[in-house]
Amino acid sequence: MSKAKEVLLNPIFNDNPIALQILGICSALAVTGTLYITLIMCVALTSVVTLSNFFVSLIRNHIPTNIRIIVQISIIATLVMLVDEVLQAYDYESSKTLSVFVGLIVTNCIVMGRAEAFAMKNGPIMSAIDGFGNGLGYSIILIVIAVIREFVGAGTFYGIEIMPLTTNGGWYLANNFFLTPASSFFIIGFTIWALRQWKTDQIEEPEFKISKNSLEAEKRTN
Amino acid sequence: MTNNNTISKTLIVAISLCLICSALISYSAVELRDLQEANKTLDQQTKILSAAGLLEDGKEISSLFNSIEIKIVDLETGLFNTSINIEDFDESSFSRNPNTSIELTSDADIALLKRRENFQAIYLHYENESLKAIILPVRGYGLWGTMKGYLALESDLQTVIGLEFFDHKETPGLGGEIVNPRWKAIWKGKKVYSDSGDVIISVIKGSVDKSNKNAKFQVDGLSGATITSNGVTNLLSFWLGEMGYGPLIKEIRSKESADV
Repeated sequence: MSKAKEVLLNPIFNDNPIALQILGICSALAVTGTLYITLIMCVALTSVVTLSNFFVSLIRNHIPTNIRIIVQISIIATLVMLVDEVLQAYDYESSKTLSVFVGLIVTNCIVMGRAEAFAMKNGPIMSAIDGFGNGLGYSIILIVIAVIREFVGAGTFYGIEIMPLTTNGGWYLANNFFLTPASSFFIIGFTIWALRQWKTDQIEEPEFKISKNSLEAEKRTN
Repeated sequence: MTNNNTISKTLIVAISLCLICSALISYSAVELRDLQEANKTLDQQTKILSAAGLLEDGKEISSLFNSIEIKIVDLETGLFNTSINIEDFDESSFSRNPNTSIELTSDADIALLKRRENFQAIYLHYENESLKAIILPVRGYGLWGTMKGYLALESDLQTVIGLEFFDHKETPGLGGEIVNPRWKAIWKGKKVYSDSGDVIISVIKGSVDKSNKNAKFQVDGLSGATITSNGVTNLLSFWLGEMGYGPLIKEIRSKESADV
């Protein structure tokens, strides 16, 4: 596998930013209620992380180390504001629904993490590919969550009715829990479990073992 | 590689980065402003039409909006004001300017607005020359912030057509349910004034007992969002009362009875 291909495809399953590095969870919880909004968010984040990696890498040899985090944040914040402006101009409804979460891409750990960990050490093209790959890795998990949440919570897929709701005279009683952000915790958890069943090398060594409690220890001595 | 960590290099990088970034953002903000403004107007018109139940699928919003007449009303007297240009009217700047607004005493300020503008833009929907609906902008404090919306009344100025919020900061899933279509649908047909002319419509706790004689004045509360529900009650009491559109409604009623 060539380096570029590896950099692009690794973050999707092998080194997924959400599932393995557990980064960027906040937006994965917040904006996955419906698939359409999620797709907009994925496009927004992927473009920000791709471009921020590119620009950070472009000037990496001129960034003074003592202000490098500020420089990275300035670049990321500028890109996020641009995305927000464009969204307000071309897709006002989604921009209203996403509201603060577009702005919060600034604090998304994936963007910052890739800029610091990859773009500061690699060339602009490779960094852009890495950003794009990580954006895809983020997107794929968000899309999985959104499809499940929208289907179980509202009986629809991309706004198309699959299971008619009881409130609309159908047979499916919507599970409102899946419309709440908390449900994403469970879905992310199960996704990580499923991924690690498939890619067993992602299973971490336990850091410690819980010792037997005193009651059991006593039983044994008796 | 040259040393990047000198003070002069740090300053140069920081300043030039700031300049480039701010130039980019200013440029895009200016370039896209027209589109964004157009979106906002369209959104506002959609909400006004939706409150009045006039939205139709497949019809252009701007053409539907042609049946709506905008008028500036003096809230003190209840009379229409023709000296203020509709384009010049801006709710937020009017309500902040001491010349065009009044400070509310804490007794009167049930919707927690602090100041109330003396003028407001209202929307009248005519069908074949006769008034069909009147759409009034309303706002008031909920749990986290000001909820802004439109209340549409039928021409009897008593029956609700719809209540549509276009801006709020309530908790999604709880107070945020004020924009839920199912909840909004409950409002249709509710009455706002009692026989003696007081505003008695209220959002109650729990669901409305249909056999209750006051049921037509009551709306199901939002579960888990008592403060938001109370906020909605308060903002309606305020805006339909003496400090809000009360004088206007009296004025229209007296004109109607004079016509007959």
